Amino acid sequence: MKIELTRHKVHNEFAKKVELISGQNLFACYQCGNCTAGCPVAFAMEVGPHEVIRYTLLGLEEEAVGVNTFWLCASCLQCTSRCPKGIDIARVMDALRSVVLRKKDRKDHIQIPKFPEGFLERLPQIAFVSGFRKFLS
Amino acid sequence: MDYLYFPGCTLYTKAKNLDQTARDCSHLLGFELKEISNWTCCGATFPLATDNIMALLPPSRILARARQEGAILTTLCAICFNVIKRTNRLIQNDGEKREKINNFIEMNYQGDLRVLHYLEILKQEIGFSKIKERVKKPLAGLKAGAYYGCMLLRPFDEMGFDDKERPTLFEEFLEAMGAEPVDFPYKIECCGSFQSVGSPEVATECSYKILGSAIKNGAEVVVSTCPMCTFNIDHKQSDIKEKYLGFKPIPVLYFTQLLGMAMGLDYQTLGFGQNFVDPLPLLKEKGFI
Repeated sequence: MKIELTRHKVHNEFAKKVELISGQNLFACYQCGNCTAGCPVAFAMEVGPHEVIRYTLLGLEEEAVGVNTFWLCASCLQCTSRCPKGIDIARVMDALRSVVLRKKDRKDHIQIPKFPEGFLERLPQIAFVSGFRKFLS
Repeated sequence: MDYLYFPGCTLYTKAKNLDQTARDCSHLLGFELKEISNWTCCGATFPLATDNIMALLPPSRILARARQEGAILTTLCAICFNVIKRTNRLIQNDGEKREKINNFIEMNYQGDLRVLHYLEILKQEIGFSKIKERVKKPLAGLKAGAYYGCMLLRPFDEMGFDDKERPTLFEEFLEAMGAEPVDFPYKIECCGSFQSVGSPEVATECSYKILGSAIKNGAEVVVSTCPMCTFNIDHKQSDIKEKYLGFKPIPVLYFTQLLGMAMGLDYQTLGFGQNFVDPLPLLKEKGFI
């Protein structure tokens, strides 16, 4: 993937916004990849959590919010628990979700009317309460 | 002694077997679960976006109302436990948020409840040695994999439940009932949780890895504390079987179902009908029922 860096991109407000919502210091990240190595859903992610953090640090908003990484995060906090720099990465993933869901032209990640018949009935309440909180604006 | 009890959204429906067996077991162990009045859903996720005060209100309201009725609050569901305990800690330590929350819910709660998981009550308040004394039918020879999942353990500094990488509390509990705990590397891995709504195939894969790891290490049954985990690792075994043809289903039981059985409750009162993979053949083979 070819990424063009410009001074304008690197100095934009995106990383600051993610830091503000997550309450985390993203610049502490030294890209060790421990979060991605321990992530139970990394196998299905387009890029690992550490790469999304790197995108964010470089101000590459389109790339950062364009991948499925933070939508697949199950907030299990394994990355948070293992980050050697003490970054609560699950909070960063939630902040990225929030950035997308709070946009004016927001797009929900799941479309409830499109669920197959019987899909919701099968699930326990706890699954769709938490799922809707994470995937709907 | 009585403990305040918050059941949560799933315990009256899809996880009735967890609720009922816990109440019956507590009765046998000499304490009662006093259900708090006027409770609501806790929201089922602790809000990770720091400015999401709205999502803190339901657990705060639950805590504030519970405080009017007692001093120790217990839950069975691991997610409720996580949400309520973390919110309680936040109210204790963050004065600004505490004021905001109290203004909004029009109550004055200072975070002075003790929030304990049912397993913690068993360990800290009752004692596993007492459980051992109460066991009438030891689960001898039952190779059980204790599945902790995420929410009981993480974040470690807030939950303080047990070691974050190598917990043993659940295994000690199984030992007290005479079972043979099986250690397996995926016991603290995530089942995929609410991804069963967003990306069901991802949750299926996570559950397959957990069960595969338990089976490979010799488990005959996996024991869980959480209705969310139980849905993923028990009910989704039909999806696993579709994807992995050689997969042999393994029963998943709530810890209180095993406890009830060990303490001599009639197996017909333990709600095994709600378990997706029928545990009865295994329990019969082992001579427990």
